[in-house]
Amino acid sequence: MINHQLIVVGGGLAGLRAAVEARADGIDVAVLSQVWPGRSHSGAAQGGINAALANDPEGHDDTPEKHAFDTVKGSDYLADQDAAIQMTSDAPGVIFEMEHWGCPFSRYDDGRIAQRPFGGAGYPRTCYGADKTGHYLLHTLVERAYQRGITMYTEQFVTRLIVHDGRCIGVVAYDMTKGGFEAFCGEAVIMATGGAGRTYSNTTNAIISTGGGMAMAYQAGVLLKDMEFIQFHPTGLLTTNILMTEGARGEGGYLINDLGERFMSKYAAKAMELAPRDITSRSIQTEINEGRGIGGKGYVYLDLRHLGAEKIMERLPGIRDLAIHFEGVDPIEEPVPIVPSQHYTMGGIDTDVNGATQLPGFYAAGECACVSVHGANRLGGNSLLETIVFGRRSGAAAARYIQGEPGGGAQAAAAPSAAAVQEMAVAVDRLASGAGSEDSYAIRAEMTTTMKEHFGIFRDAPTMRTGLDTMLALKERSRHMTLRNKFGVFNLDMMRTLELEGMIDVALATATGALARTESRGSHSRTDYPARDDVNWLKHTLAHYQPEGPRLDSKPVTLGTFEPQERKY
Amino acid sequence: MPVATFHIKRFDPDNDDMPRYDEFSVPYEASLTVLDGLFYVQEHFDGSLSFRYCCRAAVCGSCAMYINGRYRLACQTNVRHLDGDVITVEAMPHMPLVKDLVCDMTDFFAKYEYIEPWLMRNSQDPAKEIGQTPEERKKLDMPIDCILCGACYSTCPSVWGEGNYIGPAALLKAYRFEVDSRDEARKQRLAHFDNEHGAYRCHTITNCVEACPKELNPTEGIQWLKRAAVRRRLFGRLK
Ligand SMILES: Cc1cc2nc3c(=O)[nH]c(=O)nc-3n(C[C@H](O)[C@H](O)[C@H](O)COP(=O)(O)OP(=O)(O)OC[C@H]3O[C@@H](n4cnc5c(N)ncnc54)[C@H](O)[C@@H]3O)c2cc1C
Ligand code: SF4
Ligand code: FES
Repeated sequence: MINHQLIVVGGGLAGLRAAVEARADGIDVAVLSQVWPGRSHSGAAQGGINAALANDPEGHDDTPEKHAFDTVKGSDYLADQDAAIQMTSDAPGVIFEMEHWGCPFSRYDDGRIAQRPFGGAGYPRTCYGADKTGHYLLHTLVERAYQRGITMYTEQFVTRLIVHDGRCIGVVAYDMTKGGFEAFCGEAVIMATGGAGRTYSNTTNAIISTGGGMAMAYQAGVLLKDMEFIQFHPTGLLTTNILMTEGARGEGGYLINDLGERFMSKYAAKAMELAPRDITSRSIQTEINEGRGIGGKGYVYLDLRHLGAEKIMERLPGIRDLAIHFEGVDPIEEPVPIVPSQHYTMGGIDTDVNGATQLPGFYAAGECACVSVHGANRLGGNSLLETIVFGRRSGAAAARYIQGEPGGGAQAAAAPSAAAVQEMAVAVDRLASGAGSEDSYAIRAEMTTTMKEHFGIFRDAPTMRTGLDTMLALKERSRHMTLRNKFGVFNLDMMRTLELEGMIDVALATATGALARTESRGSHSRTDYPARDDVNWLKHTLAHYQPEGPRLDSKPVTLGTFEPQERKY
Repeated sequence: MPVATFHIKRFDPDNDDMPRYDEFSVPYEASLTVLDGLFYVQEHFDGSLSFRYCCRAAVCGSCAMYINGRYRLACQTNVRHLDGDVITVEAMPHMPLVKDLVCDMTDFFAKYEYIEPWLMRNSQDPAKEIGQTPEERKKLDMPIDCILCGACYSTCPSVWGEGNYIGPAALLKAYRFEVDSRDEARKQRLAHFDNEHGAYRCHTITNCVEACPKELNPTEGIQWLKRAAVRRRLFGRLK
């Protein structure tokens, strides 16, 4: 058993920011991560991070209030308004702090941080470093974490929480390079494991974005919130779903159909290509469904050619490389074939604005959490912001909890953590003992295509009902999975099989929530219930874990500042 | 359907006496990256195959390997673009091995940490951003794109020859901060590269430049550090 005061699971932006904050408050912090923290998925973020700095001449009168309004409107009024206001008012400060720590943002001639336009925003508000913002932010925070002397346990694959006497006191992890399970105990745990994009077969997310933290929390009785809201990004590369940033449209890129039309004029005459993502993705899908995809096929073009080589090389060098390497297309010369792709999990572990959950000692931040600031649709550039704002807040809150409430310490944790490690070993033994007849990779493939096809951009009851039946059947089959490789280090077979159990539970929460919500709101778009229904559905969905499938209930949305209106762009 | 033949170097130091090569045939449709191929093998043929992965988009640095005799990112390498009928995949050479395609990066990251890779400031930070002109910022363009994949470190003969040499990636990181207009590290970082294990150990063999999958130039950064160190010794300037 390894002891630290605070255990942070996840070395992405949210986890690192939480760790740095708690460390500043004098807490002994350890970060556990499946990959070296600088390899976390946050590093793949391209376009930028929002804050009302008012640095751009066109945005000189931008304010956190306007940022909050855009966020709430973008969320289709499902965001908690107090949380959105908290995030946007913290934003300028945390951006300047990242800059002071060395983040290499792109600059205006006068030396200030440059800002670009992004979808659904009234002003150029998105701070960026070329089209590699996530990489720059992430490396800056990794550097700060080393500077602050935070203990990092890298290549530790966390598999479950340890809960004792109604408090979370640690986690169990598989040591990937040494082998074996070990308990990491503390007085509080912060979960920051990122999104669950890999529950869909058509995702922009990293291979490790499997929703593990959501699953562990959920299985331990913590609630998941608003899991039916899945963002589809308008522009993933056709063959790999690798992202082409919204910044490409922010810099002036066009979306073009088979007739050569900028079809967004039909759907969002004012905002055009910079309408929010839910609207833009639906517009693309409609073009495709109505036969106006390129050559009648299932994709459209992202055309950047008119921006010219110089602007593309300076502002969008990363996506140019990606298009060349992964699609064989140079955006300077040719339009890029794109499809809407699963991109972001708006829902997640139910937390308050300090990352606290209903389980004492257990906090969550970043994409695995749902505060909720994104509601039914996240604005581009708000997620990186969320990781840093709420990472910081949860780090501070966990520090206060630890300082205020002396737990039982290492002694009290010894017995329950030994038991948890033992249970983990038994679970793996059971999987490995080979009685099972099911191939976990076949189940995984069927699950991800079911989610794509039955819980995609457009949804309706019959399609979702069959999808949910398939998911429940897969859950049943997953009880009979078997391991091919039981022992040793870097045991991908074991990790990927354990991870799949969690993915199925998380995907079931999405599927069940989507079928239950009989309205269209933000990313959740039902052809059988095309209108938003504020009377019955202006509320958050909560999912309680049950072995046979989720039990749902709800809680109200915090309103009070912005009156819900129809969204027009 | 085309089929790609993979020759994968396998070795589990805990259980095997000798490394071996296993052969697998991987069918594919239009396109297949080496990383896709490794997953296909792990899922369909041999659950015990070990390799690193994360982003699958050439930005995280997890999957640097030695593929057909060259350092490449497995996720960025399409089998259609490789010559020959057989794709040989090996862990990065000259590194201790964890298992199969996973090498031990402990020393690599210890050296990264050793150069104190963070912005050092003595002045009070302003209320807003520290100003930096686009020209000043441009100096960072090359070194900040490093994904710490380790290819340059694995291929450097000076690293093989002298285990304490901190190597191209750590030095490139030192360069990244030394050329940052906001950094005020006077002698603190200098001490880490102005010594026999630091910049002078580089004999400009430029293997690193050739190996780097992000097409960066660590040698250029190291040469800059050498000049800066000498200038500071001769003229006593701190930056
Ligand atoms: C391609 C792409 C581009 C994006 N671009 C933007 C953008 O421009 N602007 C914006 O605002 N947002 C963007 N987003 C969204 C944003 O990047 C993410 O929401 C955000 O980075 C998530 O950060 P995180 O810290 O919550 O999680 P992550 O960065 O995903 O980190 C998760 C961490 O948890 C660890 N982990 C996970 N599971 C386990 C486990 N079982 N055991 C141990 N460790 C574990 C991982 O190792 C990792 O360190 C983008 C997303 C994608 C996919
Ligand atoms: S300089 Fe290039 S080869 Fe070396 S670690 Fe960085 S990205 Fe990899
Ligand atoms: S998997 Fe990230 S660089 Fe290849």
